[in-house]
Amino acid sequence: MSASVNRIALKSILYKEVHRFMRIWVQTLVPPAITISLYFVIFGTLIGARIGQMDGFDYMSYIVPGLIMMSVITNSYSNVASSFFSAKWQRNVEEMLVAPVPNWVIVAGYVGGGMTRGILVGLIVTLISLFFVDIQIHNIWVIMITVCLTSAVFALGGLINAIFANSFDDISIIPTFILTPLTYLGGVFYSISLLPEFWQGVSQLNPIVYMVNAFRYGFLGISDVSLTVAFGVIGIFIVSLFTIAMTLITKGIGLRS
Amino acid sequence: MNNALEIVGLKKTYKGGFEALKGIDLTVKQGDFFALLGPNGAGKSTTIGIITSLVNKTAGKVAVFGHDIDEELELAKSFIGLVPQEFNFNQFESLITILVNQAGYYGVERKLAHQRAEKYLKQLDLWDKRNNSARMLSGGMKRRLMIARALMHEPDVLILDEPTAGVDIELRRSMWDFLRKLNKQGITIILTTHYLEEAEMLCRNIAIIDNGIIVKHTDMKSLLATLDVETFILDLAMGGPKASLSGFCARQIDDHTLEVDVRKSQSINQVFTQLTDQGVFVQSMRNKSNRLEELFVHLTGGGASGNSDSGNTVSDNKTPSLAQGDN
Ligand SMILES: Nc1ncnc2c1ncn2[C@@H]1O[C@H](COP(=O)(O)OP(=O)(O)OP(=O)(O)O)[C@@H](O)[C@H]1O
Ligand SMILES: [Mg+2]
Repeated sequence: MSASVNRIALKSILYKEVHRFMRIWVQTLVPPAITISLYFVIFGTLIGARIGQMDGFDYMSYIVPGLIMMSVITNSYSNVASSFFSAKWQRNVEEMLVAPVPNWVIVAGYVGGGMTRGILVGLIVTLISLFFVDIQIHNIWVIMITVCLTSAVFALGGLINAIFANSFDDISIIPTFILTPLTYLGGVFYSISLLPEFWQGVSQLNPIVYMVNAFRYGFLGISDVSLTVAFGVIGIFIVSLFTIAMTLITKGIGLRS
Repeated sequence: MNNALEIVGLKKTYKGGFEALKGIDLTVKQGDFFALLGPNGAGKSTTIGIITSLVNKTAGKVAVFGHDIDEELELAKSFIGLVPQEFNFNQFESLITILVNQAGYYGVERKLAHQRAEKYLKQLDLWDKRNNSARMLSGGMKRRLMIARALMHEPDVLILDEPTAGVDIELRRSMWDFLRKLNKQGITIILTTHYLEEAEMLCRNIAIIDNGIIVKHTDMKSLLATLDVETFILDLAMGGPKASLSGFCARQIDDHTLEVDVRKSQSINQVFTQLTDQGVFVQSMRNKSNRLEELFVHLTGGGASGNSDSGNTVSDNKTPSLAQGDN
């Protein structure tokens, strides 16, 4: 099909995706705002004051980038996971399958929608954090690129999860048992360098470590890992997850009998 | 001129080994109004699913306006508008949103899509509900919504999988009128149905499917012509002379049973006159009723697996000929 047909189709999917999470904003945009405020009150104001400094920054400033990243990750993932799964569930995914929409457009549309929600929530959370800390910016480009790439990784992850899912439970298992632990152990609340050497090694297998650190570098100019390695790891994840998602949709796994 | 749809040797075996289509051939001409008739589980939706790429085929070829779905899938898809058997829209979206998004998937710009949505919602009497969420519609309205949705990209062939299931008589008639109008505008229409009346009222050509096999693929006229004939079973007195009828298609079933096909244009008096002249004594007569419904039941309900009833074999395309005469 011609480029203009694909462009309009992509716009339609994106529009539908954004429209969906905006329509149910109480479920999609408000909870991360509340969660983040609680983190700030508890870890920042109450406990943070006793922790003192981390890598030369006061604790509150140190954890802000990680907390923002955490909301971006969760929201990109769950947006695509629930939207695509409910499209399967209600069978309105068939509206796209019968239309001349290439598979990459479907993937791009859903991932774009997940990224939009992730980034929007990231922005909301950033604004809220301004009430609690002075945010400094070391390199705005690193911040923007990291947030875009990270949200893409998890939007793709959410899509793959939804493709395999057969029930609403199936789209909450991965976030609960994999995503949340990885995020908590991903250096949001502490510097990896504090860990014993063995656990530092183990942490390097956790992709979220690279994302949180690249992001934190954009704000504070410090990182536990090299930026090149971080972007390399994120890049590999995007390429592999995209390939997997494309293969699954092309084969029609969970979509065509 | 290309055929709107050409299917050759289509097979489908579902996971778990169930063979839903056992190699079907189907041709639908451009501009046709075509019925795919068959009982529950015959394979109608499976066939349509494969044409619209919602079901993966196991073997065979499908081409839409000459474009093979294996080679030019997206082009082939762009010709088709589908009204599926089951509701498959997002129940929480408004009608307008559903229609405009669907148009977008086919590359129709939003502005144009809004104009078309208005046009079709008005034609299908849903305009008042345009901002309601779809779950608030009644069953008949939901079905009309799906028709509007299928028309948003102005397809060349409209495929409807049991469009009138669960629709009351009045609405069914207005839906028929609507489909006829579309067909007059040049849109090829393919519909599946259990309602014989529906196929008879609307369609020019028909295929009857049962158990994953096409048992009949013909034009409506010749199918109805076979039905123009009424068959009578005459019980003859034992030991009488052998009957011979000229001008009628008759079959001697055994030495005291005669089956005679009488066309609407013929008179049954003729039969009796001839038989009386030959000294054949008719004791009683039964009507072997032969409506489309009968035919349908015969064709599909075990008819394929060697029904001994030879009088009504419709697996060949012939209409009974006068010359066929006696035996
Ligand atoms: N996803 C599936 N997995 C396994 N078997 C299936 C599947 N879908 C359909 N079948 C089987 O294939 C056969 C044909 O089903 P299909 O839906 O094509 O029938 P149909 O002619 O549309 O019937 P109806 O008039 O009831 O809609 C049925 O026996 C059905 O049980
Ligand atoms: Mg069906």
